[in-house]
Amino acid sequence: MTAAVFFGCTFIAFGPALALYIFTIATEPLRVIFLIVGAFFWLLSLLLSSLVWFMTRTITDNKDGPVQKYLLMFGVLVSVLIQEMFRFAYYKILKKANEGLKSINPDETAPSMRLLAYVSGLGFGIMSGVFSFVNTLSDSLGPGTVGIRGDSPQFFLNSAFMTLVIILLHIFWGIVFFDGCEKKKWYTLLVVLLTHVLVSALTFVSPHYGISLVAAYVVMVPMGIWAFFVAGGSCRSLRLCLLCQDKDFLLSSQHSR
Amino acid sequence: MLTFMASDSEEEVCDERTSLMSAESPTPRSCQDSRQALEDRENAAQWRGQDGEENHEEEADRYVCSGVPGRLPGLEEELTLKYGAKHVIMLFVPVTLCMVVVVATIKSVRFYTEKNGQLIYTPFTEDTPSVGQRLLNSVLNTLIMISVIVVMTIFLVVLYKYRCYKFIHGWLIMSSLMLLFLFTYIYLGEVLKTYNVAMDYPTLLLTVWNFGAVGMVCIHWKGPLVLQQAYLIMISALMALVFIKYLPEWSAWVILGAISVYDLVAVLCPKGPLRMLVETAQERNEPIFPALIYSSAMVWTVGMAKLDPSSQGALQLPYDPEMEDSYDSFGEPSYPEVFEPPLPGYPGEELEEEEERGVKLGLGDFIFYSVLVGKAAATGSGDWNTTLACFVAILIGLCLTLLLLAVFKKALPALPISITFGLIFYFSTDNLVRPFMDTLASHQLYI
Repeated sequence: MTAAVFFGCTFIAFGPALALYIFTIATEPLRVIFLIVGAFFWLLSLLLSSLVWFMTRTITDNKDGPVQKYLLMFGVLVSVLIQEMFRFAYYKILKKANEGLKSINPDETAPSMRLLAYVSGLGFGIMSGVFSFVNTLSDSLGPGTVGIRGDSPQFFLNSAFMTLVIILLHIFWGIVFFDGCEKKKWYTLLVVLLTHVLVSALTFVSPHYGISLVAAYVVMVPMGIWAFFVAGGSCRSLRLCLLCQDKDFLLSSQHSR
Repeated sequence: MLTFMASDSEEEVCDERTSLMSAESPTPRSCQDSRQALEDRENAAQWRGQDGEENHEEEADRYVCSGVPGRLPGLEEELTLKYGAKHVIMLFVPVTLCMVVVVATIKSVRFYTEKNGQLIYTPFTEDTPSVGQRLLNSVLNTLIMISVIVVMTIFLVVLYKYRCYKFIHGWLIMSSLMLLFLFTYIYLGEVLKTYNVAMDYPTLLLTVWNFGAVGMVCIHWKGPLVLQQAYLIMISALMALVFIKYLPEWSAWVILGAISVYDLVAVLCPKGPLRMLVETAQERNEPIFPALIYSSAMVWTVGMAKLDPSSQGALQLPYDPEMEDSYDSFGEPSYPEVFEPPLPGYPGEELEEEEERGVKLGLGDFIFYSVLVGKAAATGSGDWNTTLACFVAILIGLCLTLLLLAVFKKALPALPISITFGLIFYFSTDNLVRPFMDTLASHQLYI
């Protein structure tokens, strides 16, 4: 497989996340730290879910067959649950850290919870995307023919788009989740969990990638809109921004110059 | 060891100061007009030992260190936390760069993953039939290595105590020469071989000579800060690659664990050779060789009241003898010390500008972090997840260490937490997460 596939898929999957990182996170050291801690939390959740899956597999003595497939599905669902639990744990820790920062540094503006929601979502998303896709990417640099045994020849493209949608979904889930926790709207958490389970469960229908991919994007759009409104956006601000009439934004960018 | 100083200077002032920065300059104290220096950090470098034949240098271990004068606790805390995040990032970047260089080399140049013998510090082979024997051999290798390190450290303390500065200087210069010329030559040769690029000897001679000579100047004398940092990162990466190549598998992991324990013990126990070294340096009010410390600081010139600071040239500062201690001990693991507040400067001098300090981290920390990540990349069966997990774990460890530094305000080792996290994540990712992710990837499931 060619370098074109490698670079193309890398940028499809990680381009938006990289752009978000460069434009919003890289300039502020505190945000970088929170991003890395978020990635660490996702890693911990993955570790725990792998442990659970490993234990179930050892219990059933590694027999091959449909049992393994069901165990895998069980593993995936447990993993989703554990990820959301760790997201909640990260929320709690951030809340405590924020209070600590505020009490020690009353003048300096500590990052708001909304910002931290976005940063944590991005951290989870980046780590999740990287862990799912990096091995596939490194294989794409080596020799081989895709789909030689009748599988889809669009394997890399599909995986890249799927990774992209997962990263974006994690960002939106993070924003919505934290907002739900802040405003004590517990049904929000349930919705996030259910959509996550839905998106993961849809991937069970592979190798028919088309369905799971399209469905994931279909889930992503309303999630994105919800996150936009939760984060404080409105139709008016969107229109102003798109028509470059947003005075506040224009003024602030003038100042920074 | 990590050193850290507070700063109030503005961004613009930074630009003038980036030109020449002497490597030997002592770390300036942060002297605020109204408050006394907030933090007094110490660098303790640790010589891991040097073998004449192999001529390889084991660099210092640096520890997170902060000594705090102890006044105005609220303000100090505020200042520490205020500058904490920036300093963490100032360390993340070089550590990441070093790891990236090491991982990139390991993944592309096959030379560093081939087994071609072992160092004399690890004489026992691991090609034994039974697991028990292999484990025993790796433990014995570790014991030998650690004892070599301890002996070298004590030797260094003795040398320092008896004022054999020339010997120490010579030793340091020999090691940098070895790293900058011989190891670079070998590295360049292997990279060229991997990519099948031909280079004639005159070009090679010119390249290696220039690289090495500029490196020696930047590291031991004066040079632009960025260049000095780049060279320090490169020599740490080269050293880490040597370790990755020549340490046998299990020995490497046991050595990493043992070094962290040694670090912890040496910093927190009152009778370490490092402590004696620093105390001796303190008594004598002498500076020490900063050649083995990565510094992200920009040292300003602190001018006299009416003078234009830019005319001052290189760095001066209210020479704080205690600050010099940072450079004193090289060879010892961290040093738990709380210093007395530094003097605010000469009596008639006004500090026009406050100094921007950065953070200083010992090269030994860079080396061992990179060894861990490099080993994960080399042995993880081509798996990138393990490498990334170790990388994140080490960064988080560094973050936590800095947080502890802010809380405890005394010298702390930078190795234990990061290496512990790194080891835990390496073994758990390799054995638990990898099969899970591989199975998911083969079925194209996403979690």
